[in-house]
Amino acid sequence: MKRAVLVFGILLLAAPARGAPLVVDLSNHLVAITTGFAGAEVLLFGAVDQPGDVVVVVRGPARPITMYRKSRIAGIWVNTAAMTFEKHSSDTGNPPSFYAIASSRPLDEVAPHRVLSRNGMILEELDELELPSAKASKNVEAEWRAALIRNQERIGLYQTEVKRIGFLGERLFRTRLTLPANVPTGIYLVKTVLFVDGAEVSAQTTPLFVSKIGVEAEIFDFAHQQSAWYGVIAILVALVAGWLAHVAFRKA
Amino acid sequence: MQIYLPIAEISVDALLLLGLGGAIGFLSGVFGVGGGFLMTPILIFIGIPPPVAVGTEANQIVASSVSGVLAHWRRGNVDIKMGSILLLGGLLGSSIGVWLFAILRQLGQIDLVIKLCYVTFLGIIGGLMFVESLRAMRRRRGAAPSRGKLHKHTWIHGLPLKMRFRRSKLYISALLPVGVGFVVGVLSALMGVGGGFIMVPAMIYLLGMPTAVVVGTSLFQIIFVTANVTFLQAYANQTVDVVLAILLLTGAVIGAQMGARAGTKLRGEQLRILLAAMVLIVCGKLLFDLTLTPEDVYSLGQNE
Repeated sequence: MKRAVLVFGILLLAAPARGAPLVVDLSNHLVAITTGFAGAEVLLFGAVDQPGDVVVVVRGPARPITMYRKSRIAGIWVNTAAMTFEKHSSDTGNPPSFYAIASSRPLDEVAPHRVLSRNGMILEELDELELPSAKASKNVEAEWRAALIRNQERIGLYQTEVKRIGFLGERLFRTRLTLPANVPTGIYLVKTVLFVDGAEVSAQTTPLFVSKIGVEAEIFDFAHQQSAWYGVIAILVALVAGWLAHVAFRKA
Repeated sequence: MQIYLPIAEISVDALLLLGLGGAIGFLSGVFGVGGGFLMTPILIFIGIPPPVAVGTEANQIVASSVSGVLAHWRRGNVDIKMGSILLLGGLLGSSIGVWLFAILRQLGQIDLVIKLCYVTFLGIIGGLMFVESLRAMRRRRGAAPSRGKLHKHTWIHGLPLKMRFRRSKLYISALLPVGVGFVVGVLSALMGVGGGFIMVPAMIYLLGMPTAVVVGTSLFQIIFVTANVTFLQAYANQTVDVVLAILLLTGAVIGAQMGARAGTKLRGEQLRILLAAMVLIVCGKLLFDLTLTPEDVYSLGQNE
């Protein structure tokens, strides 16, 4: 964080950065999930060469998401329908596992809806959250999609509330990206767009890596790559622990 | 103190896990049950994904059963012959259970099946034990302790493959313990339990084993069945979180030792009526939740 403040200070001094209409960086390009991980904050900061509006969209690694719908059978709620959101055409991918957005002004004042939508700034209209008509009719699709957003929002992985981007003067801006403790691992893409008078002037995409580091990563990899040995070791640990407890208490 | 669990992929308070392990370990020591039937729902409740809760709980039960069985072993309360026959069914049943688990998970029905299993078995066992314990207490207060007929002859005694179990003072068909072991094994894999809460009553009421050897023998075979479940869940589904297991079992093994001591000071009927009440409460809560209109009829599935 100290380094970030320093970089921010340097940017401040070099504020009228001519040539590049938009410069953006993160305080941290790697969010390390270690033993004490309880979520993280990443500072995004940058400069623009002309007054305008800045919008930041963060997207987590894309992967299929399955959803279920319950209905009542004999008094008990049972999953009776399933739907998977996934890559459905050659020009769209899987839905993002994480989504957050920040803007220097309310979105509807920044640019026309159509422009925002094209830039992936309207979550409800992301192509990746579409279901092909073979899977669901138009109104059924809308329900599933709203449900997906609602459920992802509940666990903090879709942050639909537009966060504020603060400007220092007319050139420098910054905002905080918050990642909850349950963030999926992988490469996140942080896209920053500069709008002037409702038109997109410049854009920059910065990667952010979220990965398990240290013991956690090793345990996870071992469990997935050497599953049989992992199982044997888990049993041995339990046997030894049980025996140790017995010995300890017999002497006491 | 937050700790990140590598397989469950969430952060949980380490002290909370230690405390949970201790409290449930204590109960497991008192009653001679693994405690899984309480721990697994609680783990799911605090946000551990159900498959990870089930797989990890099996691992933890291995530890608490080892520490429990050693204490019973020294008092000579383990019928190894009976335990081995039960185990035969248990290994088969738990292997099939893990396979069923994977299929149900794919169908998105695993949560429901887990809960329905709990409601059904906790309801039956809890109800039977409650009634039986009440009767026993009344008998104790009454006149002569008429123990009833020791050997009621039913169709069960007509089954083939009869075997003599000296420590249990029984001469019954081996098919009976194999069957009991099998059913409990399936449930063990599906529900993330050792199955003691079904095994113990089944041994007392169905097999007719003397109460003294029931707990030790049940724990003896639970070790192997849960070890089998741990291995298969780790191998096939990667749902065993050793960090979570170590935290839980640290609390649990200590709790279990204290519980075993407290258990010897309590009378059998009191113990059973207490356990029955607890079983019925968990059952009622689960059933209530199943019928409650969910906050959102849509929910996220598990995606790899």
